[in-house]
Amino acid sequence: MSFVDPPQAALPDVVRPSSRVRATLSFLRHHPQAVVGAIILLAFVFIAIFGPYLAPYGEREQVGPLFGTPSSAHPLGLDDGGIDMLSLLIYGARVTLIVGFAGAVVAMLVGGTIGIVAGYFGGKIDNALMRMTDYFLVIPDLVLMIVIASIWGRSLRNIILIIGLIYWTFMARLIRSQVKVVRERAYVKRAQALGASHLRIIFKHVIPQIMPLLLAQTVLMVALAIFLETAISFLGLGDPSVTSWGKMIENAFSRSAISYGAWWAIVPPGIAVALVIMAFNMLGTAVEDSLNPRLKVSHLSRRHFRLRPLPDKEGRS
Amino acid sequence: MSETLLTIEDLVVQYRQGRKKVVKAVDGVSLTVAAGEFVALVGESGCGKTTTAQTAMRMVPATSGTIRYRDRDITNATQSEMRPIRRELQIIFQDPYESLDPRFRVKDIVAEPLEIHGLDNRDERVRAAMERAGLTPADLYLERYPHELSGGQRQRVSIAAALALEPTMLLADEPVSMLDVSVRAGILGLLNDLRTSGLGILMITHDLSTAAHFADRICVMYLGRIVEEGPAHEVIRNPQHPYTKALVSVVPQPDPEQSMQPEILQGETPNPADVPTGCRFHPRCPVATAACSSEDPPLRPAGSDGHRAACILV
Repeated sequence: MSFVDPPQAALPDVVRPSSRVRATLSFLRHHPQAVVGAIILLAFVFIAIFGPYLAPYGEREQVGPLFGTPSSAHPLGLDDGGIDMLSLLIYGARVTLIVGFAGAVVAMLVGGTIGIVAGYFGGKIDNALMRMTDYFLVIPDLVLMIVIASIWGRSLRNIILIIGLIYWTFMARLIRSQVKVVRERAYVKRAQALGASHLRIIFKHVIPQIMPLLLAQTVLMVALAIFLETAISFLGLGDPSVTSWGKMIENAFSRSAISYGAWWAIVPPGIAVALVIMAFNMLGTAVEDSLNPRLKVSHLSRRHFRLRPLPDKEGRS
Repeated sequence: MSETLLTIEDLVVQYRQGRKKVVKAVDGVSLTVAAGEFVALVGESGCGKTTTAQTAMRMVPATSGTIRYRDRDITNATQSEMRPIRRELQIIFQDPYESLDPRFRVKDIVAEPLEIHGLDNRDERVRAAMERAGLTPADLYLERYPHELSGGQRQRVSIAAALALEPTMLLADEPVSMLDVSVRAGILGLLNDLRTSGLGILMITHDLSTAAHFADRICVMYLGRIVEEGPAHEVIRNPQHPYTKALVSVVPQPDPEQSMQPEILQGETPNPADVPTGCRFHPRCPVATAACSSEDPPLRPAGSDGHRAACILV
């Protein structure tokens, strides 16, 4: 007796590289907001990188009267020290983006590590780590922020660490739940049965599987981090030696720009923060949308949620 | 007789359910598999077949009993002591759609065991294993991802990965239950060929007819125990335990003229957390007597060639 599979259907030729390009293109076509977000972000990143060459005036250079009104020489006017607002805005982009990225990366590294360890090993380790996460989660962010900033002192590095410290809990919980799913997969069990070490399984099987989620969440977290940095600076807990958008708003606020009627000292940095956060959100939700298949089919998706008219009597909608 | 590879003696595996309840998933199972022998472990869902296999692979800790591979007691072996054993004892999982990492190419999947055990000549070994598993020519499959393959091809990849380390024994946990009927025979034939080349095979299945066709010996499990074991033809033609009789009676006959008298068991499998007293099969047994609810019969010789059954009527 012989055992043969039914005749093999000819396998199509491997066309992987072009299909990946096609997948990217189709992603962009279906998520126009990702394109908008990416363009805005690229513009700001460009400004942040080449800021010193783009800014018409120096970061600390007094070029006119206090709260000078916008003019052709100073399109966004002057601040309380007579410094050109447009130049400040350009210099501030670098600090704001650096803090945003670095804070999100710290949160991702700490939260990701704790989430992976808790989710993969489970049991007592999971319990201990998650209770610790819960404690961090219930401390009000603002209070924690103020306490740490006043203990550690006001510096850029500390702000980044504070942001990481506040946001790692979200990351840890999310990653843990995903790792718990991956850990139960048969291919992880197979690797265990082969005698693979935990490190090998984590790096070869678990992390590649959760990487898309990790990336999407990091992008969304950058937006949160920038928001938090602005808030910290506005409360006067920012690094006094550098210019960030939050610090510009704080400056204008504390030097009573509003009573001078100098709206140009507050509105532009506010708009800049709003734009960047919006851009990160657009990009992040689009990525999340396309990577999380559950969001594609259900009302859970921000993108797909629609209120539909009720069907009429014939059942048409 | 050829060398005995895997020996399981009085294996008990317990799970805790809540604080007080203890579930005995496996309750005193003994079996052996020799080189070149095809043993089928048959039973319905939840009877402890898979737990038995996973315990043999040390993926689940044994509560008591012993597991030996060749002459080494591996019941309490540490992970590092298990390493050389894992090279010889490989497992094939039920679901070929789940057991291959979707991000690995076929060549990486088959090479993974070699990497873990630090073996050289990976390319050659991968090709050899794939050809042995019937993936010919290997070049056609090396660069593919699992989602580009059919279920049967995936299961062959899974088998190739198991063969890469040139094991002496395979544990196959329902290797064909997730596959189309049309490719089952191919996979089972492959396992049979491997047996002929000298591997010991323990196949877990709930399908008595495939077991009858390929296995040398059949062990029938019910609720954590082996209730009947013996040479395949003996167990099928001359079943002794009422549970086995019921199982055999529902196997479809190839001849439509032949009348079947299927014997449908009443009731459901009891909860393993709450095992009946006496013989654990008595609440569903068509021939149970009063003594069955108090006496728990051991496996007793019934017929020839080591055919044994656990029933007081034997």
